Amino acid sequence: MRVMIVDNDLKRSKTLKQSLIENGFDVIAHLEDDVHLQTKCCELEPDIVIIDTESPSRDVLDNVCMITQHNTKPVVMFSQDGDKEVVKAATKAGVSAYVVGTISSERLTPVIEAAIARFEETKQLRHELKQANEKLDERKVVERAKGILMRQRNLDEDEAYSMLRSMAMKRNMKLADLSTQLIDAAKMLTI
Amino acid sequence: MAINDSNDSEDNQVEASSSRRGFFKATAMSAAAIISGVSASARNAAWAKDSNDLKTNGLEKNKLTLGIIPLTDCAPIVIAKEKGFFEKHGLEVAISKEASWANIRDKVSSGLLDGAHMLAGMPLSTTLGVGSAQKDTVTAFSMDLNGNGITVSNALYERMLAADPESMKTRPITAVALKKVIDADKAAGKEPMAFAMVYPVSSHNYEIRYWMASAGIDPDHDVRLIVIPPSKMVTNLNAKHIDGYCVGEPWNQQAVALGIGKSIITSYEIWNNSPEKVFGVTREWAEQNPSTHKAVIKALIEASQWMDNPSNRQEIVRIIAAQKYIGVPESVIEQSMTGTWTYSKQEAAVSMPDFNVFHRYAANYPWHSHAVWTLTQMVRWGQIDQAIDFKKVAASVYLADVYREAAAELDIAAPTTNFKSEGIHANAWTLKEATKPIDMGPDQFFDGIQFNPHEPVQYLSNFPIHNRQIALADLAKKTT
Repeated sequence: MRVMIVDNDLKRSKTLKQSLIENGFDVIAHLEDDVHLQTKCCELEPDIVIIDTESPSRDVLDNVCMITQHNTKPVVMFSQDGDKEVVKAATKAGVSAYVVGTISSERLTPVIEAAIARFEETKQLRHELKQANEKLDERKVVERAKGILMRQRNLDEDEAYSMLRSMAMKRNMKLADLSTQLIDAAKMLTI
Repeated sequence: MAINDSNDSEDNQVEASSSRRGFFKATAMSAAAIISGVSASARNAAWAKDSNDLKTNGLEKNKLTLGIIPLTDCAPIVIAKEKGFFEKHGLEVAISKEASWANIRDKVSSGLLDGAHMLAGMPLSTTLGVGSAQKDTVTAFSMDLNGNGITVSNALYERMLAADPESMKTRPITAVALKKVIDADKAAGKEPMAFAMVYPVSSHNYEIRYWMASAGIDPDHDVRLIVIPPSKMVTNLNAKHIDGYCVGEPWNQQAVALGIGKSIITSYEIWNNSPEKVFGVTREWAEQNPSTHKAVIKALIEASQWMDNPSNRQEIVRIIAAQKYIGVPESVIEQSMTGTWTYSKQEAAVSMPDFNVFHRYAANYPWHSHAVWTLTQMVRWGQIDQAIDFKKVAASVYLADVYREAAAELDIAAPTTNFKSEGIHANAWTLKEATKPIDMGPDQFFDGIQFNPHEPVQYLSNFPIHNRQIALADLAKKTT
């Protein structure tokens, strides 16, 4: 597990770094949040990034995630003050995990592992949602094409559907693609 | 998931919400008792409730915490507090200065902040789950128009001047000279130059990309476009880590004043009176606190109106420069706030009265058309990777009705249409589709391209340089 720590006060996060190493994590970088952060983030490809909640460079990480949309990284945040409300807020808002102040070494591994599991889960959900939306869109297109056939050919719903299906099979096309073509053609004809 | 006592936080949450439910149940029961007019004690309870309403002005919530980023355009929220507009509308507001836009979004999404100063793209991107966890977020108030600029290092400025002296003579300055410098660098096998902006869904990102691309520069390949927090722009330009940036004030004029860089173009010149920040809340919050939301909008409208009076601008400078807000010397923010602009240390300051517009030109109105434009940029640069229905998303995020209601109660003119075309007016004009005619400013893009909000897909076809992840035909299928 390749971990990157981002903090302006390198001394402050030294204990965190130590605990990570003791727990077998590979701390590939311990960076100040300067102008090179974006480049280094893209170059080093950490598995997980740990950053101070009050660092303005959270916006830099947001940009890295946006650029590498299909390759986003879980972000763990840490804070010295340990404000319980902030912890709750950050985790509810989708940050994978939140490390508060000094953390005992034995609790670190489960937290980071859980953070990554949670991140993967969210990513999977997003993917499933996208697929569901695409399916829904396809269904809508087929419904519209069916409607056009029903009106123009005076067919009932079942007849229109089986006509669409056999047309699609004959042309070796996906039902949704054929339906789109049919709708486009109908549009041209009505103009 | 979190460490340190957070295991019980889930339980706390459940407890809190069930007791809230209990409260609703209790109120509903007493309301039923009042209607049936049964007991004296129920009537007394009703009186108690009324006097409580008086104290709270009928608002669901009186004490609010609103987030800001320390930039000059956080001013409407700060002024509404400091000049008593929030108080006038029954609100007690605490202002929380935040370190990043990411924090603003997370804290609003999770309810730690009631609402906040947001980038115009942020309620849209958060609603779509673009680059962040999805949370329905809305805005009923646009905080300002214009306010940004593009600054380059002295060294780059000299190279641009040498590469194309002709195009550098007339303002607005195009990126034609920059394109020539980039081409020369490419031919010499040099690394691409680095430019900075403040956030992926910021107007700054879209403005610098728009300006570069209009001269044939591909911002995703011909330069390195990175994010740097606004307050660090000037030092990074000075240290030669970057060659230029697009940012809000005071960070352009500071580089000019220190002789570190030259201002090339302002966002006003890129697109006259373009939308900038908004006041954002979650949809959930807006639905649970409709009266409070309207009260906030009313206070912000009145604050903005007060702010657009030129004689008040000096006082705004004094208030927002304070440590607890922006924390910079007054002289740094004074120039832009009072409507003057300096392009370079060697040139005299010019008058730019519309550099910051806070209220006039229907500036506070959440135009659906502005949301559609921002969405077209998210599509153009590949941030949105699924086909969307532009107008439908705009209508779900930009609450024009809430603004109209608030404006009507203040007897302030508001547009009656949700859409306006851009790039049409070179001069002042009058908006007649409004409760009373509204004086409007110019709305031109520097490249002369027009934007019809009803034809977003066709608009996108105007731009040969893009990083689109969706075919225009697929977008057209979704567009209503």
